[in-house]
Amino acid sequence: MTSLSVESPASPAQTGVWVGIAAITMSFAAYSSALIVRQGANPDWVHFTLPPILFVNTLVVVASSATLYLARARSGAKVDQSASGGALDAPHLTWLYVTILLGFLFLAGQIMAWRNLAGQGLTLASSPSSSFFYLLTAMHGLHLLGGLAGLLYVVYRVRRSSAERAASAYKAASLYWHFMTVLWLYLFAMLATRI
Amino acid sequence: MNSPDSSHTARPAGIWRKVFSLDHKVIGRQYLDLSLVAVTTGMILSWLMRLHLAWPTRYIPFLGAISREATGGIITPEYYLSLMTMHGTIMVFFVLTTAPFAGFGNFILPIQIGAEDMAFPRFNMMSFWVTFVAFIVLVAAFFVPEGPPLSGWTAYAPLSAVGKDAGPGQGWGQTLWVISIGIFCIGQLLGSLNFIATTLDLRTKGMTLARMPFSTWAWFITAVIGLIAFSVLLPACVLLLLDRVAGTSFFIPAGLVISDRLQPHAGGSPLLWQHLFWFFGHPEVYIAILPGFGIVSHVLPAVTRKPLLGPRVFIVCMAAIAFLSYTVWGHHMFMSGMNPFSATVFSVPTLIITIPAAITTLLWIGTLYGAKMRFNTAALFCLGFISVFVSGGISGFFLAQPAIDSYLHGTYFVVGHFHFVMGVASMFGIFVGVYFWFPKMFGRMMNETLGKWHFILTFIGVYCIFMPMHWLGLAGNVRRYSAFTVDYMKGSIPLHRFITVAALFTGAAQLIFFYNLFRSRFRGEIAPANPWQATSLEWTTSSPPPHDNFGGHHPVVYHGPNEYGVAGKDGDYIMQNSPEPEPVAAAS
Repeated sequence: MTSLSVESPASPAQTGVWVGIAAITMSFAAYSSALIVRQGANPDWVHFTLPPILFVNTLVVVASSATLYLARARSGAKVDQSASGGALDAPHLTWLYVTILLGFLFLAGQIMAWRNLAGQGLTLASSPSSSFFYLLTAMHGLHLLGGLAGLLYVVYRVRRSSAERAASAYKAASLYWHFMTVLWLYLFAMLATRI
Repeated sequence: MNSPDSSHTARPAGIWRKVFSLDHKVIGRQYLDLSLVAVTTGMILSWLMRLHLAWPTRYIPFLGAISREATGGIITPEYYLSLMTMHGTIMVFFVLTTAPFAGFGNFILPIQIGAEDMAFPRFNMMSFWVTFVAFIVLVAAFFVPEGPPLSGWTAYAPLSAVGKDAGPGQGWGQTLWVISIGIFCIGQLLGSLNFIATTLDLRTKGMTLARMPFSTWAWFITAVIGLIAFSVLLPACVLLLLDRVAGTSFFIPAGLVISDRLQPHAGGSPLLWQHLFWFFGHPEVYIAILPGFGIVSHVLPAVTRKPLLGPRVFIVCMAAIAFLSYTVWGHHMFMSGMNPFSATVFSVPTLIITIPAAITTLLWIGTLYGAKMRFNTAALFCLGFISVFVSGGISGFFLAQPAIDSYLHGTYFVVGHFHFVMGVASMFGIFVGVYFWFPKMFGRMMNETLGKWHFILTFIGVYCIFMPMHWLGLAGNVRRYSAFTVDYMKGSIPLHRFITVAALFTGAAQLIFFYNLFRSRFRGEIAPANPWQATSLEWTTSSPPPHDNFGGHHPVVYHGPNEYGVAGKDGDYIMQNSPEPEPVAAAS
């Protein structure tokens, strides 16, 4: 057991994100088990075709993780080597902006998926399957909005403060973002197989 | 509170900075103040219920004036259920969760690990204010048309899901209840996240996990339980709210006719709510009691002047309880109509969980054995805690068995059981915390004579209230009834009157506590830094601690918290930050 001293603090931001990931995983596990129980409870589950735009959205969110990886890979090398600080420069910020843009694009796509569903006459209350579809996408979207806030905060920090201080927030925010991607892949797979 | 300047968070200046303080000590006290208001409210509600149970037709002065539902000062059966719902909800969420965990944990945990503050002070501030808003939303249910909900603190669906057809208070009242508990979950999730990150990342030099005080261990484990439990209750509340306001059917079955009206829902599963709720609900019991475990184990060595027996075993037991607490939720549902085979599956871990619980009890008793005890008020409440925990825990053995539970589940036996083991035991843990840490929190000592009277009267009182309930339950006295008019239950009324008198008496004894609390705050003797000759870091700093806890330096830790009954330089104990060598075997 090692003691963590004040001189070399672990990053609470990262620990916080890991703990948050545990909590979010647990809450989506609760939604998932509710979905499974509800689907098995009664034969009133309406199967419908998922809006095709979801495939595009999935690509968008996976791409956003990739661009974030690029952004971090470029900044990471710089930050680790120059511990003295020095402002991070532009190229990888571009990738970060692209990531944020893709994030908003994903949300816009999800809203279009909702409109598609509403166009088919499926509302929140019309069937348990549509209830869960709206609910799970909304909950994922809300959490993803939190991720976008995190990335915007990173932009602010990178531009404002030392690279070293931004690095910790950067790492934490990207960890969360990648988790959002993984969470969507899980939700998409579950919705595709169950609905 | 004067304190030197510190670099970590800006000193509060101005009233808003003070109200929305980022200082964990202020936030901890805010939590404790909130739970003081909540516990008073909850206690008054319980008095009204008790008065009604003993004298159902008796007019209660002033009640008619403050409540539209209790026409002419007489409590209707529906209003009785509303009182019960609000009593349970307020006590479980806003007292037993906020005080021992969020309140004391916030104030003490960062100091015990040698940190300046919590890992995320802003989240911490938000967690309190979110909890505060949740409390206001819940209490608002008293003031909406038709009053508070009546579906109990467990809010079983479909009763809780169908809206105002289900009875007075099931309209707006129940909606506010769901919103309040959802908000509360967010507050506790933020709090748990903070506790976990703080404990893992902000420990001072030398504060290894093995050297953490038992109370810090307890809060840490409680935070882990809370994180998982509240992240399940929150989705459950979202689903329930959607059933209520958006017309979905997660929990409402088809063909349900309530108040002669066919409900416009179909296909939902009422059992699903019970599963989701109790998956949170049972761990919640441990969220309430584990901080008490930690506080008692922290205080016991200081008052017995002996190390806690089996410190590592104790921590392993707490972790085992935390793990097992997620495997037993079904024992609340033996009567729900679920598969009898699953009842057996839930019964076995329920019986297994008594093993670590019994081991911890034996460790406390072993620590007491042969001790030259200092019988101050905190020590007395420690003994009281062990006593009521054992008394309440033993009835759990019976309830854990589906066959016996089938008979006892709907009776006062269960009421007596959970009030002892969850309510009173946690409450005694809170009292230990107050009497032990008050000098640290306010820089003044509490009055010991008043404290001892408070203990003796409370201790006798709670046994008079809750012990007879076990007997009533065995005799078949059903719970949740507002009056006992059926012939076979009429015989129980004299005993109910005795319980009511005992409840009023015990409640009145709390006035001693309130008086002591407020008087000592301003008039108490000035407290030294370490009035109890205890070893942990909170006693190395001034009482009350400065804004950054240690006056600009970081303590370094050399010992565990359990160095009592040894030959140290200050006496029979060694402070955690004392650089002296580990002592050789102690004289017992």
